[in-house]
Amino acid sequence: MKIILKNIEKKGYLPDINSYMREGGYKALKNALHMKPEGILSEIKKSKLVGRGGAAFPTGLKWEFTYKTKDFPKYVVCNADEGEPGTFKDRLILEKDPHLLIEAMVICGFTIGAEEGFIYIRGEYFKGYEVLQKAIDEACRHNFLGRNILGSKFSFKISLYKGAGAYVCGEETALLDSLEGKKGQSRVKPPFPTFVGFNNKPTVLNNVETFANIPEIILKGGERFSRIGSSFSPGTKLYCLSGDINNPGIHEIPMNVSLQDLLERYGGGVRGSLKGVLPGGVSSGLLTPRDLDITMDYPGVQKAGSMLGSGAVIVINDKHCMVDLAEKCVEFFDYESCGKCTPCREGTKRAKEILINIAQGKGELGDIALLKELQEIMFDTSRCGLGQAALNAVRSALEKFYDEFEDHILRKKCKFGVCPIGKDI
Amino acid sequence: MAELVNLTIDGYQIQTAKNTTIFEAAKKININIPHLCYHENLSIYGACRICVVEVEGRPRLEPSCATIAENGMRVKTNTARVRRARRMIVELLLANHPEDCFTCESNQVCELRKLAYDLGIRSLRFEKGRKYHYKLDLSSPAIIRDPNKCILCSRCIRVCLEIQAVGAIEFVNRGSKTQVLTFFNKGLNNVECTNCGQCILACPTGALREKTIVDEVWEAISDPKKFVIVQTAPAVRSAIGEEFGMKPGALVTGKMAAALRRLGFSRIFDTQFTADLTIIEEAYELVERIKNKGILPMITSCSPGWIKYIEHFFPDCLEHLSTCKSPQQMFGAIAKTYYSQKTGIEPKNLYVVSIMPCTAKKFEAKRPEMRASGAQDVDAVLTTREIARMIKETGIDFCNLQDEDFDEPLGISTGAAVIFGATGGVMEAALRTAYEVVTGKTLERVEFEQVRGLEGIKKANIMLDGLELKVAVAHGLSNARILLEEIQNGTSPYHFIEVMACPGGCLGGGGQPMPTNFEIRAMRAASLYREDEDKPVRKSHENPAIKKLYEEFLEKPLSEKAHHLLHTTYTKRGRY
Repeated sequence: MKIILKNIEKKGYLPDINSYMREGGYKALKNALHMKPEGILSEIKKSKLVGRGGAAFPTGLKWEFTYKTKDFPKYVVCNADEGEPGTFKDRLILEKDPHLLIEAMVICGFTIGAEEGFIYIRGEYFKGYEVLQKAIDEACRHNFLGRNILGSKFSFKISLYKGAGAYVCGEETALLDSLEGKKGQSRVKPPFPTFVGFNNKPTVLNNVETFANIPEIILKGGERFSRIGSSFSPGTKLYCLSGDINNPGIHEIPMNVSLQDLLERYGGGVRGSLKGVLPGGVSSGLLTPRDLDITMDYPGVQKAGSMLGSGAVIVINDKHCMVDLAEKCVEFFDYESCGKCTPCREGTKRAKEILINIAQGKGELGDIALLKELQEIMFDTSRCGLGQAALNAVRSALEKFYDEFEDHILRKKCKFGVCPIGKDI
Repeated sequence: MAELVNLTIDGYQIQTAKNTTIFEAAKKININIPHLCYHENLSIYGACRICVVEVEGRPRLEPSCATIAENGMRVKTNTARVRRARRMIVELLLANHPEDCFTCESNQVCELRKLAYDLGIRSLRFEKGRKYHYKLDLSSPAIIRDPNKCILCSRCIRVCLEIQAVGAIEFVNRGSKTQVLTFFNKGLNNVECTNCGQCILACPTGALREKTIVDEVWEAISDPKKFVIVQTAPAVRSAIGEEFGMKPGALVTGKMAAALRRLGFSRIFDTQFTADLTIIEEAYELVERIKNKGILPMITSCSPGWIKYIEHFFPDCLEHLSTCKSPQQMFGAIAKTYYSQKTGIEPKNLYVVSIMPCTAKKFEAKRPEMRASGAQDVDAVLTTREIARMIKETGIDFCNLQDEDFDEPLGISTGAAVIFGATGGVMEAALRTAYEVVTGKTLERVEFEQVRGLEGIKKANIMLDGLELKVAVAHGLSNARILLEEIQNGTSPYHFIEVMACPGGCLGGGGQPMPTNFEIRAMRAASLYREDEDKPVRKSHENPAIKKLYEEFLEKPLSEKAHHLLHTTYTKRGRY
C-alpha cells in the first residue's frame, strides 16, 4: 500500500511535471477546484489524517480553523525544515516528487482561502531546493500555480525560503519568525498559527509528508483513507530506519505495523542484538526489546512511554553505551537550543556537563537525581517542544538502563569501552 | 464596559478585564508572582520561566506573564511543583553567574540575588564558578556592559527599542552562546546608543551599570591644589533620599547640600542656577526665531541622551535644536570663566563636579564642544547613585542631617529651575519667561498645568497677548520620535517642543536610584512641583544672581559672550 511513494518507487520516474501528470498528477487539484471548500474539509476530516511532523494534530481540523477565520490574507506554509536527527523522509519527497507537495499546497490554499504559500526548506537540502524551484516554475507554466488557476477565479503562488541551519526552526512558530526575517525563536502559544501565523495572519502550517497525503484523499475520498492501517491514526507513514539495522532507509507502511515487523520484515533485521530503539529521533524516549509488539502509530508509541514524532526510527544494538548515547543526544540539544528560555538554554548545558562528567568517571550518585529533576522541570517549563523533549532520551536511559549509569559512577567503568572513563582524556 | 472574566487563583475568585494575564490578575489578590524577564513597561517576553504557575487542565506549567486569564480558569501559583520549578530555574541562572556579589555594583539592587534568597536557594547543585569569560564593553564613557552577568532576560533590549526607539543592542548567537551585543560588537560608544541609561534601570543584575568615577572625585577632593566645586541637578534632590531608605519623592535639598559639604566639596552650588540661565537664553532664542521667521519648531537641548538620539536618527533636523547648552555645561563654562575671575582661582585649579540623575551627562561633559573655558568645563559627572555611595562610604547619617543652604552666587535659583527635573518643566519655565519677554506684562499665574504630568506627549496652545504659541512636550525617545517624524513630514504645527530622553524627564533618568517606576516617577515629580511652589522667586529672569551675572559679565541674553560660552553646535552622526 503506497500513497506517498507510489510514483517515486516506479522505475524511471523523474521529478518533472510530465512524469507526475502521466501518473495522474494534478487531477486532485482539478477535482478540488470543482468542489466547495466545505466539501474538501469534510473529506479531509473524514480521512482522520493527522500531522506527520510529530505533533499528530488532526489536519482537517487545522484547515477548518483557518478556513473559518475571517481575517485576510491567509497563508499556507509547508514545513520542510526536516531537522530531527534520523529523519530524511521529507527530503525524498522534495527531491523525487516535488509536484505532489505543490499540488497539495494549492489545494490547501483553495480550501482555506489563501493566495500565497511558502515552503520553508532546510538549508542543507541543496538538491531539494533546486528540484523544487524547477517544479514551481513548471507548475506556473502549466497554470497549476499563478493567476486564475485552470480558468478558475483562484490564484495562488508559492515561494521557497531556505532555512539557515537551526533545528529549532522546525518548531512551527520559530519557523514563522524565521520566515518573517527574524531570529528563529518560538512564540508564545496560544495564539496558534491557525489564527495568528505568518505576518500575524491565519496560516495553515503542515509538514511535507502531511501535505503529500492530500491528493490521494481528494481523489479517492476520506472514508477510504481512514480505513488504511491504524484506526487511531490512519494512512501510511514514512518510517526512516537508521542505526544498527540491515536495511536502513525509508519505508512507507500503513501505521498498524508493529515494531517487530518494522525491524524484521522491512528493516531486514537488527545488526547484532537489539538493545533499544529511538522511535522518533533523539527527542523521543528509548524503547527496549520488551516493546517489540507495540503498534507504530502515534497512540501506540505514546503508550510505551515514547513518541513517534516524525518517524525517525534509530536502532541501537548491544555494542552501545547508554551513558554515551544520552550524552550525545543532549549535546545535540545544547547546540540547537535557541537560547530564549532559561530551562532549555541552561538546562541542556548542565545536563551535558553532568553526563560528560559521568562518562569521564567523575560522576556522583546525586547527579542522577539532579538529572531526573532537571528533565522534569525542563519538560514542565520550557517554551517549546525542543526544551520539553530535550531530555526524553536521558530520562528513558536512566529508567531502563540505570545499571549502566551506576557502573560509570560507582565502579568507574564503561563495560562497552565507549566512554572515556579510565582512558587518557 | 470592558468584558470581564472570572477565574480562581489559589482558591480566590477573581474578576478581571478580558485580556489580562494571570500575572496581572494575581496582583489583585496581592500576589506578586516571582519573575525576572517581566517588566511592567515592556512587551511580554515569556522566557525566564520563573513566573510559571499551574493551570488546571494544562499539561505543563504556564508562564503567568504570557498566559491570558480565561473564564473558569483555575490557577495555583504556589504548589510544590511550582516552587520546585522556580528554584531550579533560578539555580540554573546562578550556575552561570559570576559569584562576585561582594564587589558587584548591583549588590543592593540585584533582582537575581534577591530572588535566589527569597526562593530559599541555599546551595548550588550545578557546577560552580564562572563559565564565561566575555570581555566587558568599556567603550562608552557612560555605561559599562558586563556580558558575564547577563541573564538574557531582554529587558535592556526591550527598553532600548520599545521605550527609547533606539535599538542599540540585540541578541546574537544561539543557545548557551547567546549574548546581548551591539552591532558587530562595536561597543556602545560606537553605535547609536544615546547613553540614556534606561537599560541600567531595567537590568535585573549587574550586567549594566554606569562607568563610575567616584575615585577620581575623591582624589580631587583630597588634592590640596584643587578647589572642588559641585553642582546638583534638580532631579537629584527628589530622589537621593530613596538611597537612604526614605520614601520616594522625599525632598531632601537641604540634607543633600549638608552631605555634600561634609564630603569635602569646597563650594556647594546648584545646576538650577544655570537652569535659570538656560531658560533666559532659550526664551530669547525662541522669541528671536519667531520674530525673524527662523527655523521652527525649536526644540529644547538640555537632555544629552536626546541630543545624541537626534544626531543619530534625525541628523537633518539638527537646526531645530536650540543652540543653548544644557544647564550642566553652562555651569561648567560659567564656573571656569566668570566664577574663576570673581574669585581669582585659576581655571586649571578649579575642579567642577556635577551630580546628575543621568548617565548621558558623562558623555556630554566629554564632548569636544564643551570646552568653552579652554579645558573641559565639567571635570567629573556623578550619578545620583554614585554620590549616594560616596555618602554611605563616609558614614554620614543622611536622614538625620540638618538642612543646609547652597553657596552663593552659583547656588541661587528659582522655582522655574526646580521643575527642570520633571517632564514639561523646561517648557513651563520657558513659558514663564517668554510670556514676560513677549508681552512686557507680569505673568500672574505661573502654573501651566497643560504641560505637566506623565502622559507621553503633551500639547498646549498658549496665548502670549496676540501670539498663539503652539507647544508640545515629549519624554521617552519613542515619543520624541513621533514629534520628529511630524517635523520631517512637514506636518508639525508647533513653535516650541520640549524633549527629555527619559520617561518622566530627568527624575526618571538612568542615573537615578533603583527601582524607578511609574509611581516613583510621579512621586518625584510631585516633590519638585512642591519645591517650586515654596520658592520665593519662580521666574528665571527674576533670579538676582542671574541678573548680576548679566550685568557683570554676559551683558545681555544672546550677547556675543553668551554665544561663545553658553551656546553650542551639533554633529550629524547618522546610523551604523
